[in-house]
Amino acid sequence: MKRFNVSQLMDALLPVFATLAALAVGAVMLLLLGANPITAYAALIEGAFGSGNSLAETAAKAVPLLLVGLGICISFRANVINIGGEGQMIIGAIFGTVIGLAMSGAPGWLVIPLALLAGFAGGALWGAIPGALKAYFNVNEILSTVMMNAIAVQIMNYLLRGPLIDPAQADLASKIPQTAALDAAFRLPRLVPTRLHLGALLAVILAFLVYILLWRTTLGYRIRAVGQNPDASRYGGIRVRRTIVIALLLSGAFAGLAGVIQVYGLNYRMITDGSATGFTGSAGFNGIVAALFGQLHPIGTIPASFFFGALLVGANKLQRVMQVPSSFITALNGLVVVFVVGSDIWRRRRQRRRQIQATQTALDEPTLTAESEV
Amino acid sequence: MGDILTVAFWIGVLASGIRLATPYLYAAIGETLGQRSGVLNLGVEGQMLMGAFMAFYVTLHTGNLWLAMLAAAAIGAVMGLAMAYVSIDLQAEQGISGIGFYLFGLGMSTLLFQMLVGTVETVSGFPPIHIPVLSDIPVVGEIFFQQNILVYIAFALVPIAQFILMKTTLGLKIRAAGENPAAADSLGVSVRAVRYITVTLGGILSGVAGASMSIGTLNVFQQNMTSGLGFIAVALVYFGGWRPVGVLLGALLFSMVSALQLRLQLIPDWPIPSDLMVMTPYIVTIVALVLTMQRVRSPSALTKPFERRA
Repeated sequence: MKRFNVSQLMDALLPVFATLAALAVGAVMLLLLGANPITAYAALIEGAFGSGNSLAETAAKAVPLLLVGLGICISFRANVINIGGEGQMIIGAIFGTVIGLAMSGAPGWLVIPLALLAGFAGGALWGAIPGALKAYFNVNEILSTVMMNAIAVQIMNYLLRGPLIDPAQADLASKIPQTAALDAAFRLPRLVPTRLHLGALLAVILAFLVYILLWRTTLGYRIRAVGQNPDASRYGGIRVRRTIVIALLLSGAFAGLAGVIQVYGLNYRMITDGSATGFTGSAGFNGIVAALFGQLHPIGTIPASFFFGALLVGANKLQRVMQVPSSFITALNGLVVVFVVGSDIWRRRRQRRRQIQATQTALDEPTLTAESEV
Repeated sequence: MGDILTVAFWIGVLASGIRLATPYLYAAIGETLGQRSGVLNLGVEGQMLMGAFMAFYVTLHTGNLWLAMLAAAAIGAVMGLAMAYVSIDLQAEQGISGIGFYLFGLGMSTLLFQMLVGTVETVSGFPPIHIPVLSDIPVVGEIFFQQNILVYIAFALVPIAQFILMKTTLGLKIRAAGENPAAADSLGVSVRAVRYITVTLGGILSGVAGASMSIGTLNVFQQNMTSGLGFIAVALVYFGGWRPVGVLLGALLFSMVSALQLRLQLIPDWPIPSDLMVMTPYIVTIVALVLTMQRVRSPSALTKPFERRA
């Protein structure tokens, strides 16, 4: 057990300070736009935490962020940058929705798990493709996942306007691009009489499972080893390419799960406005922000997702009360990312200093154990 | 269906392909310089959106197109400088900080548009310039020499960038910073200064790329109007093997496929749904990356921060 010290406490608080700094810059932006930042942030907090209902709304908003974020923890630990959460959510949602539509009339206890599995598989597929392209064809995953996002959106638009369109819409002139509604029996149960659904509980349980995966299993060890030093991993007998594919596959799978849970927990059908954001609410990107904020730790990502869920829910109130468009929150999220990754240098510096100190202590008291373990 | 076989159809495809290549060229040439010096700027899309908005806004209020270009370049420079500081001095993970700048640009440009403009408005952007004599050449003239000034500048940028990169001292320093920063440093090259220059220049060109859409080809500003174009520009740098001429080929391939699918959609009774047609350029890009990444090698120090040893 490591000893707890001030330096490590600072490490943990660093993202909080970075976020406060980003909020301060946001306040300046609000001032320039003619809004009172104190009133604005008060409205934001009120909107996110002001009532039981808004708290539940915040938690519901955090679910896709957490699920995508869990996937990000896995892939980023392998040093694989998955920007494809948006597309993976969409494909997962499509897979799960098709199951629900095809099995209409079947019992919910059968369809819901199958749909969640299908969503998991759909996202896994959409993650495995760029994973394989990176591992075997040297294609940068940042680029391929962005391309896969664009392709997924078009697949969604095509299916929802064509083969999967709601039969009730197909005959209308307006033709709203949406699927038929899922059976009421397929809806994820509500935890409390709000919009907070079972998906929230599932996401938190999965966070602990991902923690176990990353730190208590061989696969997790391999993923982290490949992320830290692929060459050493290769000499150590780890199949680096396969591990990269698995990391992106799992990362996509969690995003896919986020997508299908959006459908079964909140919307009960798929509908498109033509853009990815229209379906995902940018959770594929914001999940990255949440995971980074949680320092790529699955458990840390839980409160981080809640925090960013609060920002998103509070943004609605901000828009209603102050007429500040919710795009302000998108910009603010961007600032938070920049500040959080920018401030990481101070953590790395302290870490290096600790290592140097540790080495010196070890040199002062030579032992044989370190040698004999090699 | 017989429409595809007419000369007019193909002239239309090629002419709009040339036009569509413009924003890719600005953004990807700028990104090439940055990456050759060792910095991956993934915030191109955000810089483009900010540039697009600034150019649009200035044009809307002053009608002065060159002032608008200056505004777009200025906001690109500011965002480029910020990216440079975060990735060079703060040594942040470049793939992620770039996403931060993308989100910032996406949100900020939308915010500014909603608060300062609000409704959809069109501006009169750069008009097409018919180059004397050349524009009268049948077919070729219509394709190449009846474009707006920003298109011509974009294509002129390719040989200029190639020359700077391969034939000048600055180019040598840029390449050294990206291949072996420690060696460059020991020879007295300031890796930090070189990277600051390239990343800021990349920001300026990305801002101009956005302007080339909002006051060059489309003459409107819309929320997220670049829709992934900046990311494709980054992909084109990889595809082009980090050479301006390679980037040009990639930009043309991509924009020609885009132009072709847009034109095909207009054909009555075209059998493939438009949603599926829209994804073809992205699929082409992935396939192109698969084919090219086998034989090209990225700059050795790409995405690796450099710290001087005392």
